[in-house]
Amino acid sequence: MTTATPSPTSATPALLRPVFPRRPSRNRVVISLARHLSLLLVLVVVLYPLLWMAGASVRPSNEAFGTLGLWPSNFTLENYATGWSYGSLNFSRYFVNSLVISVLCIIGNVVSCSLAAYAFARLEFPFKRVMFALMLGTLLLPYHVTLVPQYVLFNNLAWINTILPLTVPKFLATDAFFIFLMVQFIRTLPRELDDAARLDGCGHVGIFRRVILPLSLPALGTTALFTFIRTWDDFLGPLLYLNDPAKWTVTQGLNGFLDATGESAFGPLFAMATLSLAPIVGFFLVAQKLLIEGIATSGLK
Amino acid sequence: MTTKDSRLTGAGVRRRGDRTSVLPDVDDLTDPGSSHGRRASGQARREALAAYGFLTPWLAGMLLLTLGPMAYSLYLSFTRYNLLTPPEWQGLANYQRMLVDPRFKASVGVTLEYVAVAVPLILIVSMLVAMVLNQGIRFLPFYRASFYLPSLVGASVAISMLWRTMFGGDGVFNAFLARLGIEGQSWIGNPDTALYSLVALSVWTFGAPMIIFLAGLRQVPKELYEAAMVDGAGPLRRFFSITLPTLTPLIFFNVLLTTVNAFQAFTPAYVISNGNGGPLDSTLFYTLYLYQRGFTQLEMGYASAMAWALTVVLGLFTAFMFATARFWVYYGDER
Repeated sequence: MTTATPSPTSATPALLRPVFPRRPSRNRVVISLARHLSLLLVLVVVLYPLLWMAGASVRPSNEAFGTLGLWPSNFTLENYATGWSYGSLNFSRYFVNSLVISVLCIIGNVVSCSLAAYAFARLEFPFKRVMFALMLGTLLLPYHVTLVPQYVLFNNLAWINTILPLTVPKFLATDAFFIFLMVQFIRTLPRELDDAARLDGCGHVGIFRRVILPLSLPALGTTALFTFIRTWDDFLGPLLYLNDPAKWTVTQGLNGFLDATGESAFGPLFAMATLSLAPIVGFFLVAQKLLIEGIATSGLK
Repeated sequence: MTTKDSRLTGAGVRRRGDRTSVLPDVDDLTDPGSSHGRRASGQARREALAAYGFLTPWLAGMLLLTLGPMAYSLYLSFTRYNLLTPPEWQGLANYQRMLVDPRFKASVGVTLEYVAVAVPLILIVSMLVAMVLNQGIRFLPFYRASFYLPSLVGASVAISMLWRTMFGGDGVFNAFLARLGIEGQSWIGNPDTALYSLVALSVWTFGAPMIIFLAGLRQVPKELYEAAMVDGAGPLRRFFSITLPTLTPLIFFNVLLTTVNAFQAFTPAYVISNGNGGPLDSTLFYTLYLYQRGFTQLEMGYASAMAWALTVVLGLFTAFMFATARFWVYYGDER
């Protein structure tokens, strides 16, 4: 399967086979080689920055950061120890804060978006088309148009400097993307299962809990994963709502680190930056496997 | 009523009491005797009630956090408001101010240049890589996952910081150029190149559209290419006659999404420029300027007007895309 040779299969009339003589096969080797080389080049460009950062985080601070190499000559974990509580920074606190916010956002999105998705995918009700169009419309809506008034609202509720502005909206299904994702998924589930559950005496809540939710685990997993990544990476939200350094998230901690030191403490800075990405990369590697298994077991193409 | 109804409906047996019975049963009056009609409407009503139950969180969010705030920000855009004193009506003053505000114009220019350069680059790179990956390449899952990774982390503070260091005066990029005998500069510090380091960052995250293109390419029937080859079509001809038309729905989707996202980029510009959009406003993204006006200078009215201007522009762009789609998006009607 290394080359996409249009093999003269049975679909090709036998007479035409000589149209593909032996000579192009040498070209094909060259083309195949070129393909692999170009992919490897892209791979280097894509992975180099990430690997370089990880390398810089375990390099002694006195080694210049203009070094091209990835692996440090003197491996050290000193940067991690220094960065974890650099100056007035407190990364254990930031990680806990980020984790709490992320977990709450995941719960909120999974619950509220799956509820809405079930209604859109399975139930008939007045104004369904209008509401669905409205929901799709918010997918493309720039978030800035609600940024200022939401800030005013949360300010009036005295929610500034709490995690409520970052988490409560998730319980109200404001991430339309995940509703859409789950609607698309639920639509692929056979309706006969709903009917069978109904005959067994299940109402809509029962069907949702016992049939739809268990079968939608892949979509729920995707929602949870993307919610985690977005929340963990989010910078503008915490920047607006969390001013008290004790409530900062990891992204704010990093930004504060950069503000406080410029580039003078880049070793510890990169150590913390690497740590901040570790959960995302880790979850991605795990989920990548789950995804492939899910595709293999469900027989989806 | 409950027992009769459930006996009649059969399929719609409910274990709990019939909630709809508290409502006036209009259909009983208009359509007496027809058990079928009553069954259908009774069920429909219960289903509608259940649906609104399931939709309650979403509806509350829609009203309280989206539609309400949108209306309120439209109102604020006609006022002067600093969060401390009540909004003061100003008519169109905020919108008129945009036309003469040099930093506003600068931010529009920066954003348009960024979108115009980054979006086509992302799309071309993602399509090219997807096409190479679609040639039955070995280790496809590995390549696909690796290329997708930057899309997940590209908007983070960590990567923005990394970029700032890599493209700084003493950065790795210059060290690389020095190997090639090229003298570098501070790409972040130079107003002429700072924006292009952000473009490079966005192109680095080509993985998401690539995954979508790849999924589309795998749907193209192989027989089409074989037939075209039999007819003597070369690689270029095959690309323009088969691959490109089949991909147009995905191109449409990716252009729309990548553009809308590019207009809203914020974190990289904020981190790379210390939040000020420098040097010389060369990385002053529209969103960054909006943030400065609204949340640093507490000019909530002006910020709201800017937000609405952006919304209108993106709405027009979306409408334009959908209006022109029928001329260039191919949905394979013969299937």
